[in-house]
This record gives sequence, C-alpha cells and structure tokens, in this order.
Amino acid sequence: MLKNLTIGQHYPVDSVIHDLDPRVKIMITMFYIVSLFLINQFLAYILVVAFLGLIIGLSKVPIKMVIRGIRPILVIIAITFFINLLMTPGEIIYELGPFNITREGIRQAGFMAIRLVLLIIGTSMLTLTTSPILLTDGIESLLNPFKKIGLPAHELAMMMTIALRFIPTLMEETEKIMKAQKARGADFESGNLIRRAKSLVPLLVPLFVSAFRRADELAMAMEARCYRGGDHRTRMRALRIIKIDYMAMMIASIYFATVIASRVYF
Amino acid sequence: MPIIIEGLSFYYGEGTPFETKAIDNVSMEIKNGDFVGIIGHTGSGKSTLIQHFNGLILPQKGTVLIDGQNIKDKNLKLKKIRQKVGLVFQYPEYQLFEETVYKDVAYGPINLDLNPEEVKQRVKNALELVGFDYEMIKDKSPFDLSGGQKRRVAIAGVLAMKPDYLVLDEPTAGLDPAGRNEILDNIRKLHENKMTIVLVSHSMEDIARLVKYVYVMYQGKIHMQGTPKEVYSHSEELKRIGLGVPQVVDLLTALNKNGLMISSEALTVEEATNAILHGIRGGLNA
Ligand SMILES: Nc1ncnc2c1ncn2[C@@H]1O[C@H](COP(=O)(O)OP(=O)(O)OP(=O)(O)O)[C@@H](O)[C@H]1O
Ligand SMILES: [Mg+2]
Repeated sequence: MLKNLTIGQHYPVDSVIHDLDPRVKIMITMFYIVSLFLINQFLAYILVVAFLGLIIGLSKVPIKMVIRGIRPILVIIAITFFINLLMTPGEIIYELGPFNITREGIRQAGFMAIRLVLLIIGTSMLTLTTSPILLTDGIESLLNPFKKIGLPAHELAMMMTIALRFIPTLMEETEKIMKAQKARGADFESGNLIRRAKSLVPLLVPLFVSAFRRADELAMAMEARCYRGGDHRTRMRALRIIKIDYMAMMIASIYFATVIASRVYF
Repeated sequence: MPIIIEGLSFYYGEGTPFETKAIDNVSMEIKNGDFVGIIGHTGSGKSTLIQHFNGLILPQKGTVLIDGQNIKDKNLKLKKIRQKVGLVFQYPEYQLFEETVYKDVAYGPINLDLNPEEVKQRVKNALELVGFDYEMIKDKSPFDLSGGQKRRVAIAGVLAMKPDYLVLDEPTAGLDPAGRNEILDNIRKLHENKMTIVLVSHSMEDIARLVKYVYVMYQGKIHMQGTPKEVYSHSEELKRIGLGVPQVVDLLTALNKNGLMISSEALTVEEATNAILHGIRGGLNA
C-alpha cells in the first residue's frame, strides 16, 4: 500500500531533465499547471501530452514509475469526476434519479479528470527528476526576493527539506510498527469503518512518539553543529543557470505561447 | 511439529530499480523444544528471514511450513500462525502504545478474541514470566519505564498470546549488562518451560551461552550451521565474514598456540575458567 506512493519520490538517473536547474524546473512546472487550467478545449490537451511526453522521454524515468504515481489518487479523481458529472447545471441529456446528467456536466467532468491526471503526472515529474535537496534549494532561491517583506525563506526551505527527508523514514517506521502489531494479531484490513479507524490507534501512537523523539534528536544534532538559521550561510553547491536551462526555458515558452494562442484563436 | 523452511529467497523492491536480495535460497528446520540461534553481520538478512516465520512476509520463492501448514495457503488464517509463532521485533519497545502496561500486554490476547477472564490471566502470567511483579507494574504507563523494562513489557505482549515458538530479534541490543542479563535469563527460563526459541543476535557470548544450534548467515545465505562448539571452532572463517567468536574462545586458542595444553571446547567464562585451571594443574603435574 505504502510502496505505491511516488509523490515526492526521487528517481535518481542521469538525464538532461535531471541536470536542469531546479529553479527552472519549478518555474516551468508552475507555468505548466497554469496552462492546464487555461486550456478550454479537448484538442489542446494533445499539446500538453506531447510536452509532457517530451519531458518523460528525456528524463529516462520509466513510464511505469510515472503512471504508478496516479494510482493512490485515483479515488479522488473518480470522486471529482462524478461530482462534476452530476452537479453541473445545464442542458439535460439523461436523468438519473435525483440527479441530472448534463452536456456541460460531461464536459466539465472530462476536463477535471484530464486536468487532475496531467497535474499529478506533471508535478511528479518535478520531484522524480529533482533531489529533495536541490528542490528546496530552488524554492529558497526563488523565495529570496520576498525576504524583504519578512518572508522567512530559508526557514521555510529548511522545514521542507526536513519534512521531505523524513517521509521515507516515517513510511519505513509505519511499516515496521504495523508489522509489530500484526505479530500481535492486529488486523488493519477488515471490519467496518469505525473498527478500522480504531485499529489505527496502535499504529499512530507509537508513530507520533517516535516522530517527536526524532524531531528532538534532530534539533539537538543541529544545535550541536551550531546551526542558527539562514544568515550568512554559503552553499557548497551554488545554483547556476547554464545553456541547457536557457534551452529548456525556450521550449517551455513556445509551449506556453501555443497554449495561449489555442485559447485565443480557436 | 516443526517449522520447516526450504529454498527460501526474498528480494526487497522486486521489479524496481532498487531491488535488493535480502535472503537467498535458505533452508532450515526448527524442531519443537529447540533453542536455535541465528547470527550474521548487519544486513545479512536475519530480520527478513524471521518475518517469514509468522507470515508477515510471504515467500517469493521457496516454502515455509509451520506445523505442516504452508503459510502461502490461501485458506490459512494468518492470525492463527501469528499466535503460534510469537515474533519479538528488534527494539520492540517502540510498539508500545497503551496508557497502562496491562492494556498494552492485553492487546494481543484481545485481538485473539479471548474472554476477559482469560485475557487477565494471560497478562498476569506473561508479565510474571518476564520477571515483573504484576500488581506493581500493571497500572504504570509503559512510557514511564526504563528501556530494559519497556522491552520486557513488549516481550510480555507477545508471550501473552501463548505462542508455541518464540522468535526474538536482537532482544538485548542497546541494553546495559544488567538489562541484558535479565532478558537472557527470562529467555532461558522460557526455554526450560518447553518453549521453542529462535534467538537472533549479534552477540557471540549470548549465543554461546544459550543456544543449542546455530545458523550463521552471510549475505543472505546460510554460510555455516552446527552446535556453537562446532561453529566457533572455525574462528578464522567467522572473522572473515565479519563476525567474531566469544572472547574466551579467542583466549583459549591463543593460550593453546603458546604451548599451554588446554581443551579449547569451552564457550563461556565459567567453562573457560575450569579449562584453564585444569590445564595449569595438568601442566604442573606433568
Ligand atoms: N524494508 C526494506 N526495504 C528495502 N530493503 C530492505 C528493507 N529491509 C531490509 N532491507 C535490505 O535487505 C537486506 C537484509 O536486511 P535485514 O534487515 O534482514 O538484515 P539483518 O540481518 O536483520 O541486519 P541487522 O543485523 O542490521 O538487523 C539488507 O541489505 C537491507 O538493506
Ligand atoms: Mg535485523
């Protein structure tokens, strides 16, 4: 169950996409997300798929790995699909008990489902090809201008680094505790909703206890090494924009311009 | 009836780029009343292997038979197997979660749907088996106990299920000598009370002192097996694969090399003392 989670997972191989500057990748991802919501006709999604396909192809991440990222969110996608399908007012084409399926509803539901899938795949490409450290470095550097208005950019980035760093640890821990409780006859999979929720207590209590313990230890270790926030810190590996970054920005600009054009002209 | 393992292999992350082979074609048999030790360097696959014993991990390749039942059998109730084979994890104190020691130990028996009277009896028994005064401990919070006490409570939590086999993964890791001795003493007593025990350990001393038969794991395979005496007689080989022998074995071997005639059979300090005394007296008489 936990193993299917690819969100936030890094896939370490050597590729052009992996080599791009994280700031560039973050910006492109943001424009990509905006483009998903700008598009107002099905045909234009071919463009998105082509753009995404190019990125996946260049990244050398196996397509199976990419697709797997959608699986945990399938339920959410399905719910969104049906809510949109049943709740959108408009020209009724089919009546289903108290609900009406409308032409607009079908359209809206289709759009939402496609958008969500493309959104998840697109953003997971960012995390799959960027190590958590680089990712937070990138975010920190992008947020730097906002320091002037009091945004604690470094602290935010550090918090994210730590959170990302601990996702695998906590998942491992969850699995371990789950196994230990199963060895005592625990059953996490059957029974009704209330029973199942109750069965999580023996899992969550030790998990929280250990998370707090870890947080404590980490704080201690950081203090022991004289960590004191972002002032005057220098980096071992400074971020630099080079030729392939400019090329990536150019390709992304062309993509984005085409999306806008498709909205304006068709 | 025994636990029989045949040709067992297991890969973590099978089919992903992170695939690692954890155990490789392992076969062993654990008979009723046995006291079996498993030793091996870190990462040699000990923990992975023992999780097969109660179906927490199902075999990818090979078979595991518990009392004649294949754990991969679809009709098998895994809960039954987990009752039969009690598994105490590495650092089991991290699984404690209840407000009181009593409630925590009762978690297993309650999962087995036993009646309250029986649950209470088992909790009392289990806590006494690991050397606690039941009345003193039962209402304490497990989080207020010392590390060694927590671990004994966790072991009691497994014992309360009345397993036929008790499998312990590094039960003494990270404890001080007193805590260690207490736990080992408990384990020895359990074995004297006819429980079948599998002890995973890094400590050559613990293994030498307690177990009747040892499996030595190396890179996922069973590299050697035999009685502790047989296994420890290959001290060079053990060192090569990142393990040692009990210090007294080293001592006796060294003494022997330097001309003192001592039988190097001894594995514990007591046996060694006797052997050395015997050797010296014998040497003087000759
Ligand atoms: N959950 C896991 N996911 C992926 N690989 C794992 C996992 N658990 C263990 N491994 C790998 O499997 C191999 C065997 O691990 P295992 O925990 O069984 O060793 P061990 O003999 O118990 O070691 P130790 O003495 O350190 O407890 C190791 O190479 C380890 O890295
Ligand atoms: Mg282990």
